[in-house]
Amino acid sequence: MDYETKLLLSVVVGILVIASVVGFILAKNAKTDGAKKTIANMNARTRSWWVMASVFGSMLLLGPTFTTVLFAMISFLAMREFITLNKTDRADHEVLFWAFFIFLPLNYLLVGMRWYGLFTILIPVYAFIFIPFRRVLTGETKNFLISTSKIQWALLVCVYSVSHIPMLLTLPLKDYAGENAKLLFFFVFTAQLSDVMQYVWGKIFGKRPVAPQVSPNKTLEGTIGGIGTTVAISTSLWWATPFAVWQAALMALLICLAGFFGGLVMSAIKRDLGAKDWGASIAGHGGFMDRIDSLCFAAPLFFHVCRFFFGTGADAPPPEWVLRMLGR
Amino acid sequence: MLPSRILAAATRLFTGVRCLAASPHGEGPAIYYANHTSHLDTLVIWSALPAEQRVLTSPAAAEDYWSTSALRRYVANEIFRAVLIPREGIKRDNNPLDRLSKCLEGGRSILIFPEGTRRTDGEVGPFKSGLYHLARRFPHLPLVPVFLDNLARVLPKGTLLPVPIIVQAHFCAPIHFDEKEAKQAFLDRAREAMLKH
Repeated sequence: MDYETKLLLSVVVGILVIASVVGFILAKNAKTDGAKKTIANMNARTRSWWVMASVFGSMLLLGPTFTTVLFAMISFLAMREFITLNKTDRADHEVLFWAFFIFLPLNYLLVGMRWYGLFTILIPVYAFIFIPFRRVLTGETKNFLISTSKIQWALLVCVYSVSHIPMLLTLPLKDYAGENAKLLFFFVFTAQLSDVMQYVWGKIFGKRPVAPQVSPNKTLEGTIGGIGTTVAISTSLWWATPFAVWQAALMALLICLAGFFGGLVMSAIKRDLGAKDWGASIAGHGGFMDRIDSLCFAAPLFFHVCRFFFGTGADAPPPEWVLRMLGR
Repeated sequence: MLPSRILAAATRLFTGVRCLAASPHGEGPAIYYANHTSHLDTLVIWSALPAEQRVLTSPAAAEDYWSTSALRRYVANEIFRAVLIPREGIKRDNNPLDRLSKCLEGGRSILIFPEGTRRTDGEVGPFKSGLYHLARRFPHLPLVPVFLDNLARVLPKGTLLPVPIIVQAHFCAPIHFDEKEAKQAFLDRAREAMLKH
């Protein structure tokens, strides 16, 4: 691990130590029942953050294969929550099997193989076409478009988008060879810090709801304060990225805004389904989907903006061994 | 036993079902009874039980299915320690109730599905009388209702491959046998207790 990575991890540990100490002091001084409940939830979140940060940190230490497998697990758990809440029919059973056990592993296999070209189209082209083809074989026409769309969305949001995060490790960038783990850190850190800061600012200063029908807890004060703080903190980490200071600021802003809208979109889906959380797997946070909703839409955007402005283009042709097999 | 622990952990990972922190009825054996919605019901309840209760629990399983190959016999006998129950040609000498009673007399818990068959519509059907006869033979044992939710989506009737959907196994408050109660009243009460999850 290089010096910069160690420094980045110390930043996370520092933030969590501060959060734990503040939470401990607040819990001691809480008077009203409402305040006690809020602080108990906040401390449950912080404890879960310690676990998530440890997993994330070990990922940076253990390398690309471990990272890819870990994100494949996250996609699996997120898609399971997505499909559980989005009721599917008996006729969708076989298609779901393909989604979970063929397309999901295949997608992550391509990440592991660093095969950018096929990775980019596997789900948007091949899975998109295959799903209605397989469903039509069942002969069931009821809910045809709704059901196929649900499964296409599940794959796009939970698998395709999320897998752009480990795919960052394979992205060839100018003057940044072998340092991509820090770019992945920058992305996940910014997106998650933005969630946390919006929550904290919203709890302290939040008054005017910003999207009352979709997500009543999101406030204007929380959103602006949270995104502002996050952009400031993330920009100060520019030295670990391939970006100049101003570029780091714009990239952080892009991640925050895409994360904000991604969170709103996932809330809208949840609300439509009549659920508050996607699951109950992570104490204080809800389900896995509740934790990664802001990453889902930001990941492919961040990946492609990085690739367009900073990429060398060396990932465009298929891997060498594929070309050899094809005799080219 | 290692294979059992691995199977239980894999089931929990696949279906999202939680392992209970403590026995749902205190110490000692019990009669668990659940609604029957898929071939995975036994596996899910068995995986949700705390390890110390799990090794003491024998699920009832269809003899005609579980005794036909060496692998099935191994799973039924060594992993689940199941009570194999004939579904057809029942006579006095192979009465399923006797086999289950023998198991309970040995100090073990059992798991049965009083509806007798799988339902595909998500409802809980009427109970057959087996539960009543068992409860009358063992009036001091707690009867623990287990309501299974969403399992039909994991492995619908007529499919071979399961898909990962989050399921719930609600262990409800135990009920007890009352000798003054008529058979049908008891069965209705047992069914109601399962619906109060």
